[in-house]
Amino acid sequence: MSSVSALLELNSVEVLYDDVILVLRGLSLEVPEGHIVALLGSNGAGKTTTLKAISGLLKVEDGEVTDGLIRFDGHEIHGLPADRIVRRGIFQVVEGRHVFEHLTVHENLLAGAHTRRDRGGVPDDLKRVYGYFPRLAERKRQWAGYLSGGEQQMLALGRALMARPRLMLLDEPSLGLAPILVQEIFGIIRRINEEEGTTILLVEQNARLALSVADYGYVMESGRVVLEGSAEELGDNEDVREFYLGLSEIGRRSYRDVKHYRRRKRWLS
Amino acid sequence: MDQFLQLTVAGLGTGMIYALAAVGFVIIYKASDVINFAQGDLLLFGTYLIFFSLVQIGLPWTVGVLLTMLVAAGIGVAVERTVLRPLIGEPIISMIMVTIGLSSVLRAVVHAIWGPQPRTFPSFLPEGEVMLGSAVVSADRLVAIPLALALLAGLALFFRRTRSGIAMRAIADDQQAALSMGISIPRVFATAWALAAVTAAIGGIMLGNIVGVTPNVAQIGLRVFPVVILGGLDSIRGAVVGGAIIGLLEFYAGGYIGHGLNLIIPYVVLIIVLMVRPYGLFGKEIIERV
Ligand SMILES: Nc1ncnc2c1ncn2[C@@H]1O[C@H](COP(=O)(O)OP(=O)(O)OP(=O)(O)O)[C@@H](O)[C@H]1O
Ligand SMILES: [Mg+2]
Repeated sequence: MSSVSALLELNSVEVLYDDVILVLRGLSLEVPEGHIVALLGSNGAGKTTTLKAISGLLKVEDGEVTDGLIRFDGHEIHGLPADRIVRRGIFQVVEGRHVFEHLTVHENLLAGAHTRRDRGGVPDDLKRVYGYFPRLAERKRQWAGYLSGGEQQMLALGRALMARPRLMLLDEPSLGLAPILVQEIFGIIRRINEEEGTTILLVEQNARLALSVADYGYVMESGRVVLEGSAEELGDNEDVREFYLGLSEIGRRSYRDVKHYRRRKRWLS
Repeated sequence: MDQFLQLTVAGLGTGMIYALAAVGFVIIYKASDVINFAQGDLLLFGTYLIFFSLVQIGLPWTVGVLLTMLVAAGIGVAVERTVLRPLIGEPIISMIMVTIGLSSVLRAVVHAIWGPQPRTFPSFLPEGEVMLGSAVVSADRLVAIPLALALLAGLALFFRRTRSGIAMRAIADDQQAALSMGISIPRVFATAWALAAVTAAIGGIMLGNIVGVTPNVAQIGLRVFPVVILGGLDSIRGAVVGGAIIGLLEFYAGGYIGHGLNLIIPYVVLIIVLMVRPYGLFGKEIIERV
């Protein structure tokens, strides 16, 4: 996608873990201001790595951007520490929710506002977040560790809203949630984009879901982009239909994938 | 009955000073999982710094206390910057080993500057004795109780209400997520060390008033370990309750059973409590949900 005013631009980015494992091999993509862009791909394609390369979270995992450009709002951000990147307006909602379990729901939201300079705006934004997620309002004083998985995902999104970022990086917000909750969460992602004007880069395993809210999408395989197009184009594409939408035997196959995926994740943690 | 009241006040007064020393230990442990073996020596430093300010420079006690707290905060930040920051990302055990080294260094520095002989400074806690009913209790230990409690309550408020306090607890819970929120880990660690050093210094100042300025203060500082193990390594409330229990046990055992035992009984109780509650009285609950 070529547009004059891409808010985020990655150009031939290479990422190396532990100085030897090459995970991103010349990845390029663009996210125009105000849009939702989906980043699709199977397990291990490098989606999470891409988001971490942008947000600066790679460093704590011994990962390094060894080549390429990462530009946000016209400025090179590669090499900045993670907290500076957040202050510039990029907020990553990490995979698997990661709420602060021993903080209350309310305190989790305050933690999301950590980098805000206009402290006076925080109370209003708390109200806004509780407006998006009434269920969080009911559980304000409760430890976040005791929320259900869906509520934790809402809290993770709420925390991001509290930072008032220009760009949100969402890593698999549907992971491990029941279909009805997934619908709710994705409805809110769309509202955040429309009502707050937040630009969103959305990583998903569930391609159909992602394409239902996105304007544009990229498909990754082993560290590079193999396919891109508008959401409709990708939705109609034969390969995408077969490999990522699993259109013939949707229900069962994607369900089993999810189960398998969750189990693997748990061994890792 | 009079003896009971006397022992209770003395025990609680001492216990609250333990709590002040211990709370710094808890802050560092909560923020970074580091067990700080130098906590007792930070206490010692506080005692000598107040002696230095009052006797050697001749400052009024209010200024002396402020200066001591300021220098202590500086020492805390310096320790984090120079010794611990380069180790971020290394195994926690290497940081813990470093604090053992730090303990010897601090002690050696105090010894080199001030020598081994006991010193004193004019006490500025109320002196003499107070009649509580018919019991006579020493005033300095009595005021140590509300003083320490007020400080600890302020600290608890800091952790609940302020941006840095919440950031510190967030890091303790999930470093990666804290990082993704734009929380700067080095800055939070530096704050934790500064707070730990300041609270220890305040404990050291009180001890200086009550027992005098001697290298033994570091020994008293070692009491943080039974206190925090009893209360739970990561609980501020635990540090307060643990401090009170250890202080009281020491004085009851000393008063009713005899000398010598006051040093043993607290450990016996500690072992019994740990058999029932391995994470201490207020140790963090591990939240399990699958
Ligand atoms: N910290 C790390 N050190 C070494 N290799 C890593 C590290 N993190 C990820 N990798 C490797 O990089 C590759 C891409 O991982 P990444 O997590 O980016 O994939 P993903 O597309 O997000 O997959 P998933 O859908 O399973 O979340 C994988 O082969 C993974 O094993
Ligand atoms: Mg991933």
